[in-house]
Amino acid sequence: MAAAAAKPAAPRPKVQLVWEPKELHRRDWMLVASWSLFALSSLVGTLFYVLRYLFPNVTYEPPLQFKAGLPTEFAPGRVDERFKASFGTWVVRNELGLYALSTVCTHLGCTPNWLEGEQKFKCPCHGSGFRKTGINFEGPAPRPLERYRIGLADDGQVMIDKSAKFQGEKGEWANPESFLYV
Amino acid sequence: MAEENPQSPSSGGPPKPPAPTPAATPAAATPAAAAPAAATAAKPAAKKDDARIAPPQKTYVPRPGLMDQIKDSQIWRSVFRHGYPNTVRNRSLAVLSNVFLHLHPVNVRTSGLRLSFTWCMGGLTFFLFLVEVITGVLLMFYYRPTGEYAYRDIIAMAEHVPMGIMREIHRWSAHAMVITVWLHMFRVFMTGSYKPPREFNWNIGVILLVLTLLLSFTGYLLPWDQLAIWAITVGSNMARATPIAGYEGPLSSLISIDDVNLVHSGDDMRFALLGGRFVGEATLLRFYVLHCIFIPLVATILMAVHFWRIRKDGGISGPL
Repeated sequence: MAAAAAKPAAPRPKVQLVWEPKELHRRDWMLVASWSLFALSSLVGTLFYVLRYLFPNVTYEPPLQFKAGLPTEFAPGRVDERFKASFGTWVVRNELGLYALSTVCTHLGCTPNWLEGEQKFKCPCHGSGFRKTGINFEGPAPRPLERYRIGLADDGQVMIDKSAKFQGEKGEWANPESFLYV
Repeated sequence: MAEENPQSPSSGGPPKPPAPTPAATPAAATPAAAAPAAATAAKPAAKKDDARIAPPQKTYVPRPGLMDQIKDSQIWRSVFRHGYPNTVRNRSLAVLSNVFLHLHPVNVRTSGLRLSFTWCMGGLTFFLFLVEVITGVLLMFYYRPTGEYAYRDIIAMAEHVPMGIMREIHRWSAHAMVITVWLHMFRVFMTGSYKPPREFNWNIGVILLVLTLLLSFTGYLLPWDQLAIWAITVGSNMARATPIAGYEGPLSSLISIDDVNLVHSGDDMRFALLGGRFVGEATLLRFYVLHCIFIPLVATILMAVHFWRIRKDGGISGPL
């Protein structure tokens, strides 16, 4: 005890209480700048390619253009539902010719059903109703079903192009491409 | 204006003689209140208008910068409750008040930072795990674990999905992770870091090693090619030999009623693992869920315990 007391108190380890930035010399600056550039470009490049990865180059959706068979296959006054599931299109024949209706309800985008007995398209979601022409007459739908571009291919088949839409409320059904006289 | 300023040189009758220069120079060097007096003294023959034209002398107060304003905002203060980490206290708070960093020791021994001592293998393993999680989640956007699509999606991800090396990053990181886990374990063994008080953490680590191997094993099946199917067929045959629970394992014949074995190929360990008697679509879905959800979840929890226990057991062990 006495010996311990006689010993001079050991100096306390110096604790660095405040961090002070060192002066940045030219070489150090180059080093910091190079690594920063490397890290930044890696980060930006990675983020860019991860974002790019989310946009596939190939999709497995049906093509926007398709051939629907010969015009003689469509009976007058009938709504053809063969292309509803595969291409989202009704092909309707009236006394003058053919037109292609979109199966997307103009209210909120559900798929209506064709009711043969009532001669109308009825949307199961909110009850919108459309005539065979596509014109809305009941429920919340604000405008008629859209029509797609329709024409004849070189081999005489009906060609439907979903990339072009014609809206009846805008008078676009007068466009010759929206109706096929056959 | 000029009349209101008693110090203006034009307020008095005759112009004052110029103040002695040695007295004016130190006054000009000090900012604030002494400055106007020095200015008047230096320009005795100033015109009447000069007092109006000359800008008022002000002390320079630096405006807070954008970063200061952000750091003083309530939003910033609600997230970071400590000041700039340039004092020992604030640097400790930066670690302690952060949910992720607090798993880590506040103070690390210098020897613990030496690469020749730790090889940073635990840190590299964790980094590779993060790489696996990120690339794995991205792969899940394109991969469907069904017999019809699994192999097709694997090919598609290499052939025409952008960033076609995503799966390769995932695969090679997985290989690297197995290596770094083993090297980490080797280092911990060689430095005696498994000894008390760290024996519990060693056991957590052993479980994490097994989980790493199981992640590799379950991921092996997902490409759904011939290599994958037969590798899992061979690998899962080991489960047949599980004691009691495997139908070819020791003691399983004890679980029987008369001569009817209750542990058979239709209800043993391997059957539970594969979801059937052989590797099929049920196995693919089962391994997919194990690989993407179950094992990573357990591993994440155990990793949090593992890191936290390093801190609780006294930080990274010192040199022998």
